[in-house]
Amino acid sequence: MNEFNFTLNGKAVTYRGDPLKRLLDVLREDFGLTGAKEGCGEGECGACAALLDGAMVNTCLVPVGVVAGREVTTIEGIAGTKEGQDIIEALADAGAVQCGFCTPGMVVAAASLLRGNPRPTETEIREAISGNLCRCTGYDMIVSGIRAAAKRGRRSW
Amino acid sequence: MNKSDTLNETGISAPVRRVDAMEKLTGKARYISDYPFEGLLHARLLRSDRPRAKILGIEVPDLPAGYSYVDARDIPAGGRNGIRMITDDWPVFARDEVRFVGETLGLVVGPDREKVLEILSGIRVTYEELEPAFTIEEGLACKGGPIVGDDNLYGTYHLTKGDPEAAFRRAARVVEGTYRTGFQEHLYLEPQGMVGTWEDGKITLYASAQCPFYIRKSVAHTLGIPEPAVRVRQVTTGGAFGGKEHFPDVIATVLSVAVNKIRRPIRLVFERAEDIRFTCKRHPSRVTIRTALDEAGAIIGMDIDTVINAGGYTSSSLIVLQRAILHGIGVYNIPNVHIRGRAVATNTFPSDAFRGFGAPQGLFAIELHMSHLARELGMDPGSFKQKYFIKTGDTTITNTAMKDEIRLNEMFRKVDAMSGYRRKVKAYDDDPLKGIGIAFVNHGCGFTGNGEQEIIKAVAEMERLSDGRAALYVSTVEMGQGLQTVLRKIAARELDCGVDNIVYDNPDTDRVPDSGPTVASRSTMVVGYLVQQCARELKRRWGEGPGTRVRKQYRHPEGLTWDQDTLQGDAYPSYGWGVNVVEVAFDPVTYEVKTTGIWTVYDVGVPMDTRIVTGQAAGGGIQALGYAAMEVCEVVDGRFRQHTLTDYTIPTAMDFPSVACEFVENPYAYGPFGAKGAGELVFDAAAPAYADAVGHLIGRKIHEIPVTPEKIMEVLQDE
Repeated sequence: MNEFNFTLNGKAVTYRGDPLKRLLDVLREDFGLTGAKEGCGEGECGACAALLDGAMVNTCLVPVGVVAGREVTTIEGIAGTKEGQDIIEALADAGAVQCGFCTPGMVVAAASLLRGNPRPTETEIREAISGNLCRCTGYDMIVSGIRAAAKRGRRSW
Repeated sequence: MNKSDTLNETGISAPVRRVDAMEKLTGKARYISDYPFEGLLHARLLRSDRPRAKILGIEVPDLPAGYSYVDARDIPAGGRNGIRMITDDWPVFARDEVRFVGETLGLVVGPDREKVLEILSGIRVTYEELEPAFTIEEGLACKGGPIVGDDNLYGTYHLTKGDPEAAFRRAARVVEGTYRTGFQEHLYLEPQGMVGTWEDGKITLYASAQCPFYIRKSVAHTLGIPEPAVRVRQVTTGGAFGGKEHFPDVIATVLSVAVNKIRRPIRLVFERAEDIRFTCKRHPSRVTIRTALDEAGAIIGMDIDTVINAGGYTSSSLIVLQRAILHGIGVYNIPNVHIRGRAVATNTFPSDAFRGFGAPQGLFAIELHMSHLARELGMDPGSFKQKYFIKTGDTTITNTAMKDEIRLNEMFRKVDAMSGYRRKVKAYDDDPLKGIGIAFVNHGCGFTGNGEQEIIKAVAEMERLSDGRAALYVSTVEMGQGLQTVLRKIAARELDCGVDNIVYDNPDTDRVPDSGPTVASRSTMVVGYLVQQCARELKRRWGEGPGTRVRKQYRHPEGLTWDQDTLQGDAYPSYGWGVNVVEVAFDPVTYEVKTTGIWTVYDVGVPMDTRIVTGQAAGGGIQALGYAAMEVCEVVDGRFRQHTLTDYTIPTAMDFPSVACEFVENPYAYGPFGAKGAGELVFDAAAPAYADAVGHLIGRKIHEIPVTPEKIMEVLQDE
């Protein structure tokens, strides 16, 4: 397979090329979506997270062939939705951003959590972002930001 | 107005939304790997895989068209094969010998990443192996022969206060302990990266870095050209913590030799495993403290022997060592002290700056030692330490009067109210499943001694723009700590406008003056003060119209003295002060220690934004708890054994509870709106507080971090 279609941030797109190329590289190089970052390249840090059919994946571990016919949503896509804006505004107000490299992945993790669990407890929030490493914040303000996003978006989740 | 009002309501400390939050949250912020460059070439370093060896030969196969191999022969005439940091002993390309695994031998450059890797794997290096030294003990013993000089030491310092020899002669009792800390990897989420280009007839570097002018200086030195012939542009930097202080010089010099030769854009970005294996770490330390007690159990003297493992080249190790010993007796007034500090050469990757810069090692040792003394004397560590708090006017380790107003007693009361320390430290004596620890620290703000005045000479500028806004020109960078928000707040408050009316672009050495590096908890206090002075003058001269530009240069506060040769006088213009309490609970089956509480109180003068500084306190605290409890980094045959995120584990959101943080306000006359430094202070106390808590928990002395479950088991079985 060297040509297939998938949905990227709500739009039908066509990929031509090596199906084993990492989804992360395809997003960044073929589609110019650089919001997903490479922090480790081994699925440990979550900086490259995106949603695949609504579930969070580390795009550094996903060969692009896997997404044929499926729906990929990146930080750029999430940022354009009402739910995404609620998360982003809440994290900004909470002081959840420092260097920012883990931040897009955190937003993706938060979106993934709140879609399935609109009223998470602190423990559930911490579990949901436990695959996303942050070296700057100690996580507290990210956790409080996600809690605030849940409140802010209560009607839309 | 009471204090909480000035901190939270109307004052400078009232939090604002960070100016960089939205672009980072939406994924629009561009880091070095996110920039497109026309005709970009990829590069990979050829590195030594021996810790200590003579290089007998490097055989490079014939290269396909468009690919290059770059090495020392490409350094232009007049240039130098040395990376200019404090000295230039670390070569850009290894000379005849390699001193550590990962030392740069050459660079392969070309259009296709895979092909570059293939070429790299085809290069044959032959060595004559020499006997390496890896540990502090092996270095001190000159195993395999000295790497530097005849004693393997980059430097030795002595500090003496009072008459320690006499104190030990009249001591009723001497208590001794040896304290060790390990390597720590910065693990900034964005790995090291840089792009070098040839633009407008000059070398231009786009860098994830803390210190644009350090890079410019080192590149100019290597290429043998004037500094203004090099341009360095900092791009959004995904964390640094000291790891992007001098290490970017290592990348920049190699890259510049290649760009000078090839004249095309070249990208050198590390993969994670590469970054962990082949970048600088925090210096491991071994500190032995002997304390002389009189008959009543009072401390009458201390003798401290501090050694740090500096690795294969000097880098910043001597300055790190100075800071380690200058913080060697922590927040205490001890009448008679001798400290010897040594930085030893070994065949490990050169150690370098990491948040705290030697102070965490010095403070870890003194804090644990004081806790151990307290236990020996039947007191709780908090109360015992309080008896020795230094006071304003007391003599420091560098034989001058302590000039700071000190609020440690108030801070202790505050942290006690938050944590219940005094009650718990007694109650947990009889509870086999709980422990609580405490550590008090201070952290000298800015460069040591008169470094700001003699070496850095920082300059800041501001300009009234034609659109009615004001531009800020400084070389200190945003690396996550919140600098661009804080500097804009300072300027906006003086100019009586919103933060959006202050323009701050990432520093570009062609456009900004040298206000010094983004290090040493100096940016808010030193550069922020210059920004405040600039803004005041600009406000006065606002009527002169667009284009009005003001410039301010650092002036050392009046009344401070310093002798760099003897390390005597005012070691720092001021100090931040802190106390941390850490509480732990124990699972007796798995030997797993769970942290159940972290309470912190800081005096950072006046916080420039309580939320930003609280974010620093939480991040610094958790980073320090990782250092204390989790982050094992061992050298085996000269290689870091842990080199992926699977085995070098940093804290996740599940590992520690939230960090409680409060401030005492204590304005500093020479900081903007009374601010002092904060970024490193918040790292210093959590590790010794954690080790003290674990010691309390298990009823044994802890001497070494990281305190892993295996270590706890060893300690329990030893006794």
